[in-house]
Amino acid sequence: MGCVTAAATGPAPAEIAPDREHDAMVELEDPWVTIVWNDPVNLMSYVAFVFRTYFGYTEEKATELMLAVHHEGKAVVSSGRREEQERHVQAMHEYGLWATLERSQL
Amino acid sequence: MRPFVRRRQTVVGVFEQNEAQLVANLTAQVVELLRDRNGPPESSADPLAAMVGMSGPVQPPEDPVLARLLPDAYRDDPEDAAEFRRYTEQALTSTKVANAETVITTLADGGMSEDARDDADVEVELDDGQVLSWLRALTDVRLALAVRLGIESEEDAERVAESDDPGTAAMADVYDWLGFVQETLVEAAG
Repeated sequence: MGCVTAAATGPAPAEIAPDREHDAMVELEDPWVTIVWNDPVNLMSYVAFVFRTYFGYTEEKATELMLAVHHEGKAVVSSGRREEQERHVQAMHEYGLWATLERSQL
Repeated sequence: MRPFVRRRQTVVGVFEQNEAQLVANLTAQVVELLRDRNGPPESSADPLAAMVGMSGPVQPPEDPVLARLLPDAYRDDPEDAAEFRRYTEQALTSTKVANAETVITTLADGGMSEDARDDADVEVELDDGQVLSWLRALTDVRLALAVRLGIESEEDAERVAESDDPGTAAMADVYDWLGFVQETLVEAAG
């Protein structure tokens, strides 16, 4: 996250447009994903419910992600800043879902 | 048990007295496990650090049930996992304990009795926040039972359901029943 902090605190020359540059850096520094892993305990309806209510996903997207977890063993349910994904993982653990975060493979 | 149903702003479920006591008992056992993990708060070596959440455990729990309830957040990076745990595990534990306490309190409010001879039904009425606590606490109990039953795959789940061992079969029945209770609660929650 070093670049983001540097961009935020470093001197920003007024005459050039720092915003575009800043955005590009944020993009580069954003490679974290929250992964939910399949387990034989959590009900499919409950997992979809969690994706819907916690992440605010539509019924369709929540179901799609739930089925991906179920059939493929895991699914990326969110991506973005590291701190944000850490909060999501913590929340998933509160719900009893098995979740981890890692750098995106993309 | 009569399945949970939505009644305007609340969700209502009816348990038989012994069912209510079973749910409360299992939930209390999870609380006990979680409390054993951290020990009494006053035993902390540095109370100030504990207060500001800087002295949490860094190692994953040895007990497999606790390890499932409080899993690592980083799969392949023990250092990051330890650091994350240090700052977050106690908050996660507190949330789980609070959820469990909500279950026990709402069962008591619904007429759960400590008298084994009491056979009045227990009617549990939950607002949206309490529904979430129930769903999470039921999940924790089911996760705990699954670990004790050795359920690590879908096949394991089928195997224990057909076990010849009376103890295993009884626990598997409870596990299945809690799944049913949770299913009706998810449905009622909408």
